[in-house]
Amino acid sequence: MNDMRIAERDVETNEVKIAARDVQVYYGTNHAIKDVSVEIEDKTVTAFIGPSGCGKSTFLRCINRMNDTIDVCRVSGDIRIDQQDIYDPKVDPVQLRAKVGMVFQKPNPFPKSIYDNVAYGPRIHGLARNKGELDEIVEKSLRRAAIWDEVKERLGAPGTGLSGGQQQRLCIARAVATEPEVLLMDEPCSALDPIATAQVEELIDELRKNYSVVIVTHSMQQAARVSQKTAFFHLGNLVEYGETGHIFTNPVDPRTESYITGRIG
Amino acid sequence: MTDASITPPSARPKSGLFAPDARTRKRNAAEKRFRLYGMAAVGVGLLFLLFLFTSILRSGLPAFTQTVLDIEFTLTQAQFDTAESKMLKTGEYQNIFVAALQGQLEERGFEVEFDAKAIGRIVGKPGVTIRRYFLENPDRVGTPAGFELAASSRVDGYANGRVTRDTIVDSRFLMTRDLDLVDALREAGIIRGAFNWNFITGKDSGVDNPGGAGIGASVIGSFFMMLVVLFLSLPIGVAASIYLEEFAPKNRWTDVIEVNISNLAAVPSIVFGILGLAVFVQFAGLPQSAPLVGGLVLTLMTLPTIIISTRASLAAVPPSIRDAALGVGASKMQSVFHHVLPLAMPGILTGTIIGLAQALGETAPLLLIGMVGFVAREYPEGFLSGFTDANSAMPAQIYTWASRADPGFYEKAWGGIIILLLFLITMNAIAVVLRRRFERRW
Repeated sequence: MNDMRIAERDVETNEVKIAARDVQVYYGTNHAIKDVSVEIEDKTVTAFIGPSGCGKSTFLRCINRMNDTIDVCRVSGDIRIDQQDIYDPKVDPVQLRAKVGMVFQKPNPFPKSIYDNVAYGPRIHGLARNKGELDEIVEKSLRRAAIWDEVKERLGAPGTGLSGGQQQRLCIARAVATEPEVLLMDEPCSALDPIATAQVEELIDELRKNYSVVIVTHSMQQAARVSQKTAFFHLGNLVEYGETGHIFTNPVDPRTESYITGRIG
Repeated sequence: MTDASITPPSARPKSGLFAPDARTRKRNAAEKRFRLYGMAAVGVGLLFLLFLFTSILRSGLPAFTQTVLDIEFTLTQAQFDTAESKMLKTGEYQNIFVAALQGQLEERGFEVEFDAKAIGRIVGKPGVTIRRYFLENPDRVGTPAGFELAASSRVDGYANGRVTRDTIVDSRFLMTRDLDLVDALREAGIIRGAFNWNFITGKDSGVDNPGGAGIGASVIGSFFMMLVVLFLSLPIGVAASIYLEEFAPKNRWTDVIEVNISNLAAVPSIVFGILGLAVFVQFAGLPQSAPLVGGLVLTLMTLPTIIISTRASLAAVPPSIRDAALGVGASKMQSVFHHVLPLAMPGILTGTIIGLAQALGETAPLLLIGMVGFVAREYPEGFLSGFTDANSAMPAQIYTWASRADPGFYEKAWGGIIILLLFLITMNAIAVVLRRRFERRW
């Protein structure tokens, strides 16, 4: 409880974790992201909202350079995490992704055991020196993802055999197991039922204590519930960015207002 | 739903649920017809398969039996000494054998007249076998010794029904009157059918001795070829596919390579054979008829198959797994080797084994590099020389037998096909088992 209050207060004083300036993304000839500049704070949940195809997922994937895997995708501009340019030629995207974890829209556990799913990241990054430490990391990560109690009896069972909500929480456990500093979530609840969604949202709020969380969502209620900052994207532009309360109650831009009130999108 | 459900089209007449209208009846009839066509097609396929198997088994099973003549008699020391002092020693042994046979026939109440020549037509030259036996085991002289002598291919054919009294033509191979003797010997229980182990373990024989022909040596040849194919085409094929599918940039070069690989899969095998002859034998100077060269040629043939099936199974791995691996900070190579490759493994193994099975049944290229059937006269001396010693392979052996004049070889060819099919079925079974095993690990 005590921690919660500290976290709440931190919202005001957090420093900038991710700073993007004039980011442009092209898919071939399609200009998908236009001039986006945004400053994302540490220990804050930032929600990206906007209609389908507005570029919010694309922008999210720029932050851990997942777009590198798409051949036709070109990114220009400047994205800095802790003042370091992540598109600098000296940056190894693999190292970056260890620092910037990601949870995907569709739950995608590895077709391995629950234990191996969580242990995979720590293993390849050498975070554990022995089996005991690895066990500890796995348990801690599963606890953080609020799924420990459900799976502790069957860590050897396949991760793909879990229900959709459990799978997504397993993916979150997998993402936090590598101790990232930023957690990117691309519509993590779109495949989940309301109960699982509530669990994941609770979890996101928990994660805020340690991470800077960026979440893409189609649900405005969700954005309002979990985020402290909200960015509204429309047709590749960042239309409005600010405190979640402000955006939802007092939007400056007419497009934001139309979207929030359900007139576009 | 769209407007259609809001305003039903006026053309649609009202109808009850229990009486199907004309359109529904037509649709159901079409579906029923289609199912019948499908079942008929499957039925025709099964019928052909059944026909194929019965004809293979009917023609090929006789190759696994050999008519033998069992006889036990005692050679006295005096007979041995006389025979060894004669000029025509084996002829004397033959006479002793004929006398013994005659005695045994009379003992069992059969009266047939025959001479040493008739015996020669029925079991070849027993004198040679008998003399060799007693020279090697002189202590057996004076005690009863049993012999199992292989009957000639015509007698074998008579026992199998290939040769009948109506079709037989008197020749130096077999006379009609010899059949009386064969019948008598059979009734006396002296001639019987025995399982022909020599067919499975033996080597190729001369063109006039189908009874002595065995497929064993060419099975060994095929085995060494398959070793070469497996250990070259699997690593090269899988490595090439992984690079092309996961790492290579998509540009004109990789497009050209891709198209060419697909085209290579369709190149007739004889082209690979003549390529192998030119490159491996004539240019590189590798020994002719060697399983090593055969394996190299078949590797070239198998590579496109393996690459295509491997790439297909790599491409079938859902991209979300790759994303997941990259998302937790795995490198490209880690994501491929830890996650994509294990998932693609069943497909890769199936493709490889199908490629190997194809290579196992390939004949034409082997004929061009000299791995013809009659080369399989000797077993290789050791493991390494198995790769370089001249040998044949199963399909080439079968081809050689099928083209020989003696009808005895005809059933040997069918028998060879049974053995080849057994190998192929085993390989396919292994493919299925491996597939199951790897799929169980999700």
